[in-house]
Amino acid sequence: MGDQRIKDIILDIIAVVAPDAEVSNVKSDVRLRDQLDLDSMDFLDIVMELRKRYKIEIPKEEYPELATLDSCAAYLGPKLAAVTAA
Amino acid sequence: MVADRLRDIKSHYDVVIIGSGLAGLTAANCLAKCGWSVLLLEQHYNFGGMATWFRRPGGHIFDISLHGFPIGMIKSCRKYWTKEISDSIVQLKGIRFDNPQFQLQTTFDRQDFTRILVEEFGVAPDTVEAFFNTARGMDFYDDQTMTTRELFEKFFPGRSDVVRMLMEPIAYANGSTLDDPAISYGIVFSNFMSKGVYIFRGGTDKLIYMMRRELKANGVDIRKQVLVERIVVEDGKVRGVVANDQFIGCGAVLSNANLKTTISKLVGYDQFTPQFTKQAKAVRLNNSSCQVFMGIREGEKLDYIGDLLFTSVDPQFDSVRLCAKDVTSRTFSMYYPDTRPGSDRYAVVSSTNANWDDWAHLSEQDYQKEKQRLIETTIAALEKYIPDVREKIDHVEAATPRTFYHYTHQALGATFGTKFEGLQVSMDLPKQIHGLFHAGSVGIIMSGWLGAINYGVIVANEVDSLCCQSANSQGRMAS
Ligand SMILES: Cc1cc2nc3c(=O)[nH]c(=O)nc-3n(C[C@H](O)[C@H](O)[C@H](O)COP(=O)(O)OP(=O)(O)OC[C@H]3O[C@@H](n4cnc5c(N)ncnc54)[C@H](O)[C@@H]3O)c2cc1C
Repeated sequence: MGDQRIKDIILDIIAVVAPDAEVSNVKSDVRLRDQLDLDSMDFLDIVMELRKRYKIEIPKEEYPELATLDSCAAYLGPKLAAVTAA
Repeated sequence: MVADRLRDIKSHYDVVIIGSGLAGLTAANCLAKCGWSVLLLEQHYNFGGMATWFRRPGGHIFDISLHGFPIGMIKSCRKYWTKEISDSIVQLKGIRFDNPQFQLQTTFDRQDFTRILVEEFGVAPDTVEAFFNTARGMDFYDDQTMTTRELFEKFFPGRSDVVRMLMEPIAYANGSTLDDPAISYGIVFSNFMSKGVYIFRGGTDKLIYMMRRELKANGVDIRKQVLVERIVVEDGKVRGVVANDQFIGCGAVLSNANLKTTISKLVGYDQFTPQFTKQAKAVRLNNSSCQVFMGIREGEKLDYIGDLLFTSVDPQFDSVRLCAKDVTSRTFSMYYPDTRPGSDRYAVVSSTNANWDDWAHLSEQDYQKEKQRLIETTIAALEKYIPDVREKIDHVEAATPRTFYHYTHQALGATFGTKFEGLQVSMDLPKQIHGLFHAGSVGIIMSGWLGAINYGVIVANEVDSLCCQSANSQGRMAS
């Protein structure tokens, strides 16, 4: 799955879990929390949504990997590849 | 009769939730929405735990814990419940302080507190700004050794008046003291005293009714008046629960009962490692509460005197005095007709912090006498703000730590869960016993309506993860 596709997935999930967030102009290399006023509960919702949609398990210690869209793509790429291959 | 309450119960659920406090209810809703079969068991005849209410003849209705919560409830209710619930949340604008050190009214937000601290208390604007920023920057993983007292000493040395304004509402809200970690103060303060105080319009009864309806719509099997006696653990794994002498199997148990009771009574210390048992035993509970409920006679009105009144005649803020039996520091919550649109009734609820030990061991006669004294002193204090209130009161009664214990089974009648260390023990539970989880007021930061709801979601996420793992491994075994 391409990086852009992963970023779109994340933005799509953010639009669902945080309906007030303005997701049209998000910069890839800036922390999501700083651009979108997301709190730790929102990140938890993202984690739950990724599990629901793609059966991806993200351990608590690795939540920081979801900080920016770029880091999401790098971190989730292999995980998504593994589940889509299975 | 007893069998009835478990009628048509299934022999196995993915998750059994013990207790319908806000954490239990919210976790149940999240897990059902994830697609798991969920059974919720509540020992009381109402759902809601401490988020509850009661009625009395004469058309009176009283809310127990609907005094005010942070703005974050709006978002959490919309995400984890419904838009309709979140749309019923409204701000209380008239928050008053009245004590020997200062009298003021505030909208309870950062801007207004800054104004008060600078203009009325003469604190330098930079100091106020730095204090708010420091509090906002705090999180669970920060240094836990600094106390709240030290935090205040750093920013407002010698200013007992400033400490009182910033601390008293938090002490009322979660029972914390100046000796509790600064981070627990900072986290709660930033949530609570920065964007105003809110309540649920329609009353607790309406909120719980709406939540119940939602749970049913999402397929949760909910039962009341069912006391869970035991959580059954075999080989380090949860197998089910025993309630009304009946075994109900499940893959995971989420206990919303008191943390210490869950470990010591529902499971039993023998199922845990000695190290964990030691930690669990060392967890301190927060204090309890007393309340006086005053219902105004039908047809009588009260003038608007504010929504929440933090009143005291004690010379200074004092954590010990705040719980004393002859306490003078109390919160008056005013319920005007707009609390329940369509109603024309008024009520006043006075809340104070209290110690279990001061009330638990009284003889029945002394207990009644002390309750009467509490009622008398409370009405006398209220007369300062509403001089003719005594004649208007149609119904009055008091609740004490014993009352809270009776209704919620919280150990020592604790109304605000555990001290800080309880959070770690709660979070570590699943590492001790596979499939065992706890959610509910713990660690100061996870208490109150918002804390309980959010912690319910946090733990539901863990339960969901476990259920997915078991479903996956079962799927693999089947294929
Ligand atoms: C007087 C008072 C005033 C308060 N005011 C406010 C306020 O203004 N704002 C605010 O945000 N918070 C307030 N709070 C705190 C808030 O109400 C609580 O923090 C919150 O409701 C706790 O929810 P909980 O999920 O932890 O569990 P609880 O409410 O404690 O619920 C636990 C439930 O589990 C059930 N249970 C226990 N054991 C068993 C068993 N073995 N089997 C079956 N069921 C069992 C109990 O009956 C109970 O229903 C107040 C609390 C009190 C007491």
